[in-house]
Amino acid sequence: MPKAVKLPAPSYPLHRFRLDNGLPVLLAPDRSVPVVGVAVYYDVGIRSEPEGRTGFAHLFEHLMFQGSANLEKLAHFRYVQSAGGTFNGSTHLDYTNYFEVLPSNALERALFLEADRMRAPRITEPNLVNQIAVVKEEIRVNVLNRPYGGFPWLLLPPVMFDTFPNAHNGYGDFVDLDAASVADALAFFDRYYAPANALLCVAGDLDPDETIAMVHRHFDDIPARQAPARRDFTEPEPDGERRGRHVDAHAPTPALAAAWPVPDPVSQLDDYLPYVVLAEVLADGDASRLERRLVQRDRIATHQSAYLGFMGDPFDVRGPTALLFQVHHPSDVGADRLLSTVDEELDRLANDGLGDGELRRVTARTATQLLREVDPVLGRTLSMAALEQQHGRAELLNELPGRLAAVSEEQVRQAAATLRPHRRACVELVPGSAR
Amino acid sequence: MTAATAATGPDPDAWQAESRSVVPQPPAVVPPLGPPPRFRRPSMDERVLESGLRVVAVRKAGVPLVEVRLRIPFAGTAPSHRARTALLSRTMLTGTDRHDQVGLAEALQELGTSLSVSADPDRLLIGGAVLRTGLSGLLDLLAEILVGASYPVGEVGGERQRLLDRLAISRSQPSVLVREVLLRRLFGDHPYAREIPELDTVAAVSPAQLRRLHGQRVVPTGATLTLVGDLSPARALGVVESALAGWTVPASQPRLRALPPVTPGPTLVVHRAGSVQSSIRIAGAALRRDDPSYPALQLANLVYGGYFSSRLVENIREDKGYTYSPHSRLEHGVAGSSFVVDTDVATEVTAPALLEISYELGRMVTTPVNQSELDDVRQYAVGGLSLSTATQAGLASTLSTLAGVGLTAEWLREQPARLARVTVDDVLEVSRRVLAPSGMVAVVLADADAVADPIAALYPVERT
Repeated sequence: MPKAVKLPAPSYPLHRFRLDNGLPVLLAPDRSVPVVGVAVYYDVGIRSEPEGRTGFAHLFEHLMFQGSANLEKLAHFRYVQSAGGTFNGSTHLDYTNYFEVLPSNALERALFLEADRMRAPRITEPNLVNQIAVVKEEIRVNVLNRPYGGFPWLLLPPVMFDTFPNAHNGYGDFVDLDAASVADALAFFDRYYAPANALLCVAGDLDPDETIAMVHRHFDDIPARQAPARRDFTEPEPDGERRGRHVDAHAPTPALAAAWPVPDPVSQLDDYLPYVVLAEVLADGDASRLERRLVQRDRIATHQSAYLGFMGDPFDVRGPTALLFQVHHPSDVGADRLLSTVDEELDRLANDGLGDGELRRVTARTATQLLREVDPVLGRTLSMAALEQQHGRAELLNELPGRLAAVSEEQVRQAAATLRPHRRACVELVPGSAR
Repeated sequence: MTAATAATGPDPDAWQAESRSVVPQPPAVVPPLGPPPRFRRPSMDERVLESGLRVVAVRKAGVPLVEVRLRIPFAGTAPSHRARTALLSRTMLTGTDRHDQVGLAEALQELGTSLSVSADPDRLLIGGAVLRTGLSGLLDLLAEILVGASYPVGEVGGERQRLLDRLAISRSQPSVLVREVLLRRLFGDHPYAREIPELDTVAAVSPAQLRRLHGQRVVPTGATLTLVGDLSPARALGVVESALAGWTVPASQPRLRALPPVTPGPTLVVHRAGSVQSSIRIAGAALRRDDPSYPALQLANLVYGGYFSSRLVENIREDKGYTYSPHSRLEHGVAGSSFVVDTDVATEVTAPALLEISYELGRMVTTPVNQSELDDVRQYAVGGLSLSTATQAGLASTLSTLAGVGLTAEWLREQPARLARVTVDDVLEVSRRVLAPSGMVAVVLADADAVADPIAALYPVERT
């Protein structure tokens, strides 16, 4: 068999330093286009929100856009956009991020804006009331008013996990959102938004020395606070298959999702990478195992996919996490038939291994996808920040194509062999009767 | 007219009482912008092949990939055209004279690529990204597909059933349902009203019809192939010319008639059982990108609702909390352009939201925007052009889209200068022509029993 072709990988240089207040800073200069990305990652996410306050990490993310020490409400948006840039924030299981991408002449402005809200967001009763209303509309438009809303990222965790941090609804219950107070938000900020619990990442068209000076100028005077210790969210090994059922009033046809626990992405990265490859072998494209079997041959599915992480986030989530499989299927096909067919394919893979060239083809596709994600300055900024914060090594961005290409057939077989029925959690989405 | 006020921030004194007590003295001045950076003009080359195919190759090093977009005009007037096009786009990669479905997928995968085929009422688009070293291999496979796609009976049958199932799922999405209603209201019997094919027309499409459609319409005449990435433009043109030499079907491409004039009428309220939100869409006719007033319209749209710092977002989201994502945008097709306002709001504030949406439109057409608002959106528009074309994929998609309406990279380069010349008066003038609520149609997909009466107190309502 021919030796695998050498796949291209990016090679971005990195600079890192830490301010006296504990803020770690990562710079990744690349001056090929005059665009700069600025991201601040706070090491707190959905898993850390308190009981009785589901959805709080996300609500708090909204509050970080409502003005800060020197900025009125709405000013943040205007300063970024009138510089020709765009912004956003997002809340994940293990972190919350805030970011801008701008023409590079606006770099210092972006640093000022991020420093100002790291120093003191304007958390007020009117802003809180306003953003609770906005978040409820977000949940309605993305979950409650549409078919398949929250499937499966909100529906699987309560079936799969036992503990509140992993099992609860990360978008939040309306009762909990309504109960959120300014005092809750101030306490959350004080505990989790310390400079030492954050990471500042700047990537793209920047001069490292000038940028270091700017970072000192704007972030140095933010007072140090102790970063909270990372909690251990480990769940026990599954003791048998778990099945859940969700009636979706808006859905016209059924769907099914399954999840199996996988090794810890951070502490067991070498054991985890074969599962990333496995998901591609199983489900990526017309040549993949499950597409051929479920869709093309047996025609018991209309759409299938498999991926790592509840939010589709293979490299920016800590454990516990999962390999997920989801499928839309005709009403006359039952969940058991789909699951047993998936089991057959997993057995076949575990017993017979991969076909000629299958691994090489899958790895070539993965390398292209990884490169395509980091061509945009913003994509690169976010990937590096997540890898630096969650894995402690932004260098992984350059290394992942090679490390994925080094995964062996035997490792993929062994990974497939762990996806047994007794280790999985499933949720069946059942069409409701509203229609 | 209304009690709407611009959203304002909280009282700073009230804030200090509530917020953290230890606030150090920060540098309180927002840093000014440096001199605007120069976006380098990428080197490019283009050629119209003998077959009629226009090829554009742009060197943009970045990562070692090449982005590929082949855009083929695909308008049609037959009632079944959308259904046939939709199924053709889903089955084009299911077999050729040399590969079956899996063989083709494996051959693409081997090059580190996958292709996607999509269709809308104007065009067919084949797109993907490939490792630099795989470009000529990809072009060979593309030629094989263009010349020899075989539409096997078994695969077409399977995909047809899947398409029917996917359409049923699409039609359960409020965003899709309300768009269908809006397009019918805007365009009547024009083909643009049939963006989403009807189930019964899909069920009737045969493999033979797809082969015939492919033969007649998957042709180089009027098509544009755009390549952007780590390539040498001159060499890439040569590679394309030899790889696609066999794709030479002579044909003429039909054109759709221009969009009909918009006929305003009562607000259309469409009932959707179980709705916990109202999907509001308001739309009217707009200007094409090459219209002399288009730069002013682009900026008027931004001030109104086209970006986060717009009047609409500040009013109905950041001040009143009615919605998560209010937008306005300009949609461009070959046959004409539209202005669309789009938001989903809580059921109980549907009428108040409509009032504010209309009020903000009214402000645009009766009073001039502030010079500072204009300066902000101008900067945003220029920055947005730069950012969106700073990536290989972004530049490829932008150039391909422009090619579809007969515009080139030249238009892209000159647009900042055109935006720079727009005045406050220009914005008012174009707003009166395009943003006037009196010239628009409005549709609301909602719990009609809850929202129809409150809306009827404001505007004439038609229920379906």
